Amino acid sequence: MHVPDGFIDLPVSAATGAVAAGAVAIALRKAAPEIRETGPALPGLVSAFIFAVQMVNFPVGAGTSGHLLGGVLAAALVGPWTGLLCMTVVLLVQGVFFADGGLTALGTNITDMGVVTVIVGYAVMRLALGVLPRRSSSISVAAFVAAMLAVPAAAVAFTGIYAVGGSVDIPLGKVATAMIGWHVLIGIGEALITTAVLSAVLAARPDLVFVARHLRRDLELVDADGKRTTVAADALEPATGRSAVHLGRRSVIIALSAAAVVAFGLSYFASAHPDGLEYVGQQLGFEHQDSAVAGGPMSGYAVSGVQNTFLSGGLAGLIGVALTVLIGCAIAWIVRRVRPVEKAAPERESSAVGG
Amino acid sequence: MVATPVAGPAARGADALLVRRPSIVHRLPAQVKLVALLVFVVVVVATPRTAWPAFVAYGVLLAGVIALARLPFGVIARRMLVETPFVVFALLMPFVASGPRVDVVGLSVSESGLIGGAVLLVKGSLGVVAAIVLAATTESREMLVGLERLRLPGVLVAIIGFAIRYLSIASEDLERARIARLARGGSGGRSSQLRSVAGTVGSTFVRTYERGERVHRAMLARGLDGPMPVLSGRAATAAEWRTALALPAAALVVLAAGLVLT
Repeated sequence: MHVPDGFIDLPVSAATGAVAAGAVAIALRKAAPEIRETGPALPGLVSAFIFAVQMVNFPVGAGTSGHLLGGVLAAALVGPWTGLLCMTVVLLVQGVFFADGGLTALGTNITDMGVVTVIVGYAVMRLALGVLPRRSSSISVAAFVAAMLAVPAAAVAFTGIYAVGGSVDIPLGKVATAMIGWHVLIGIGEALITTAVLSAVLAARPDLVFVARHLRRDLELVDADGKRTTVAADALEPATGRSAVHLGRRSVIIALSAAAVVAFGLSYFASAHPDGLEYVGQQLGFEHQDSAVAGGPMSGYAVSGVQNTFLSGGLAGLIGVALTVLIGCAIAWIVRRVRPVEKAAPERESSAVGG
Repeated sequence: MVATPVAGPAARGADALLVRRPSIVHRLPAQVKLVALLVFVVVVVATPRTAWPAFVAYGVLLAGVIALARLPFGVIARRMLVETPFVVFALLMPFVASGPRVDVVGLSVSESGLIGGAVLLVKGSLGVVAAIVLAATTESREMLVGLERLRLPGVLVAIIGFAIRYLSIASEDLERARIARLARGGSGGRSSQLRSVAGTVGSTFVRTYERGERVHRAMLARGLDGPMPVLSGRAATAAEWRTALALPAAALVVLAAGLVLT
């Protein structure tokens, strides 16, 4: 399932890298209050858990066994933002520490298997929970539907990425049919496993499941006189939550527009030149042939002219590639630069509350 | 198939691919290696398929780095198995791609698919070998320092740090739960067993989550106040950058030569 190097061309890899970096930056900001509360150890251990569970074989019926991808499970257990961070960490560790999935394809892998599955899965779960009755069995149903839709959604996203930046001209219909058809099957397995694991956690510790938070009962206190007071289950949450949402919205807009500009610009660049350098080479190769056939005194001039345009074409290709990589880095750098300034405010707030 | 163990490198922790050797490649700081290999792979991916002799040169360059790092070729070949699903895809490509057809040993296949699949296989393999060289020559802690030096957000580095530190513990927990389930008579081979496998995984999640809470409380008890302390790593010297960037520079020269000659 991991996309290797060379599968998606460079401009589109850079664009998906920018999208992934933007999404991770938003997730870091959104999850910041929670991570300050629980420490980085908790998401770290959840990532380790997802990583390890991906290697467990689950029997999913009809004599087959499958393994978990984990995006929807992570979203259900620890919420969309922490879940997205966990999936990113899993894919990053696999790519950098275990040589699984290419280095240049890291952005594609994180966008596809992390961002799309977690966001789609969480959105579907929220929608389903809005319709279903407020019972803990609804959580399982919602997770089942979410996992069944999120995995084909990732396949659709991959097909889209491939359509823009794929390196071999397979008819798009075939790619889409094969990818989506296969992933509908995988999605059923993923749904079975996700639901089974989630049910097990719900049975043991329902309070740990993020999407089941609304099911927590209010605490009812009865004092000596028989007077009842209720403490709302989410009494401790709103203060930090609201400031995070307020801070987050601006960052969402900035990061999304940056990602959109880069993605749009680069995909335009990419669709104009299906395989950047190769396009140039082919064009000029034909030209070269024509001029060789023409012969005569003009041929020398034409060839040298082609030689020049060829070199400049190659250089232009290289510069284009370098630029796209630089843009990706610059966005990551800017996002990083901007954050500490904005982050300072809530930190001071919380320490004031704590003190 | 009945009792598939929790296999894979995770059980041995994040240093599973590490091969300790006294070599110049091992001594280079991680951030330098990360950048050098990333640029190298970028050059490989940017190479058009018409300049195919360049791929041979890239292979020779990578083999040189492997020899320099004194890595056993067998280990690298074994680790390349991670590519297998993708190899199947690349082999199917000649049959599904469009364009003019050619006959290869009696089979009519797409020419562009044949070349595309081959180039994809070569690019993918070069990328995997580059990533293996990185993982085999860099300790996980140094890799963390490298990622931090490359300006990855501190929180993310901290999460990665905990993830790789507790990776083997999480896998061992799952493995123990599996053995306990087998000892109780659960075979794990039939669909009716899904619930019991999921039960052990679910309880492992609860244990892992509670361990995370304990770890954080222990850190607070030892006086953690604010973000995680920065890892102590040294900056790379200019000489180290020059040494490491020689690889992508050579690849770039090869690419330029390939473009001019073909």
